Amino acid sequence: MFGLFRRKRSKDHLKERLKLVLSYDRAKLTPGKMEDLKAELLDVIGKYFPADESEYDVKLEQHGDRMVMIANLPVKG
Amino acid sequence: MNAKAIVVTSGKGGVGKTTTTANVGAALAMQGEKVAVVDTDVGLRNLDVVMGLEGRVVYDLIDVFEGQCKLKQALIRDKRVENLYLIAASQTKDKSSLSERRMQETVRLLLDEEGFDRVLIDSPAGIESGFQTAASAATGALVVVNPEVSSVRDADRIIGLLEAREVTEVRLIINRLRPEMVKRGDMLEVDDVLEILGVKLIGIVPEDERILISTNLGAPASLDETNKAGGEFRNVARRIRGEEVPYLALDSQTGGLLGGLRRLFGGR
Repeated sequence: MFGLFRRKRSKDHLKERLKLVLSYDRAKLTPGKMEDLKAELLDVIGKYFPADESEYDVKLEQHGDRMVMIANLPVKG
Repeated sequence: MNAKAIVVTSGKGGVGKTTTTANVGAALAMQGEKVAVVDTDVGLRNLDVVMGLEGRVVYDLIDVFEGQCKLKQALIRDKRVENLYLIAASQTKDKSSLSERRMQETVRLLLDEEGFDRVLIDSPAGIESGFQTAASAATGALVVVNPEVSSVRDADRIIGLLEAREVTEVRLIINRLRPEMVKRGDMLEVDDVLEILGVKLIGIVPEDERILISTNLGAPASLDETNKAGGEFRNVARRIRGEEVPYLALDSQTGGLLGGLRRLFGGR
């Protein structure tokens, strides 16, 4: 019974995977290109701020009808 | 739906396009519309066998395109119901015989000259010329999707292509839903699919072996009023005609009846 709640349901995995893959499909962008973009973005930002690469997060999200690129780039104090 | 020419499509094969075309077409005719169902899957025609009319095909869509016969001669009348007609796809010609211009002209003749109220166009799988030809003559679409990964992804692609073609009325039929798997959390539920694809719902068809059995017999389930499995296809036809028909309250669906009512009244 409790196992049911601990286990992440397979449809939740599917929903997350679909949302991710469709965001790339819709933007006509491959996940590999996204990695390139992220690396380049890091280079540019790094020229101005000391940064921690491991904390960088760049992703696509569907907001209603629009595809939005979200970049979360924490700056070292 | 305002659209008189409606393409039934999915991207992925095997999700129930042809079964949907046959059943919704039959149901529309039973509800009083004069309906033509047109198979555009050239080389892989199946709408004729699903409807049980395979023995009566003489001329097909490509014969019409090539001027080998008159449009009337390619219209096969279904004798089980008033005002239901089939135009079969060619089984021997190849896809190069397809033409968007001729498809548009054929559909226009069906609506304007032959007095049809509705033309349902069964699209082949894929996104190539067959789909493009089928979509070229349509102003509305029924996108058939199964609640699984490849079907949902392909449906999303097809919806994008339909929008690009300015097919404005796009509606979703979620086919082969298995309520017991939804209940266990092992299948996407209706709201998940709607959230992901962002189009309006027009039908939820649970998996039901009686649909396959009726197809084996060449008699669309929706033609038989006593066949409950055909009921949701009949509901789709009523919704196409503008009736507000509540969705089945699948007991395992979160929200159940309330979810159904919510969808009916606010919803998508």
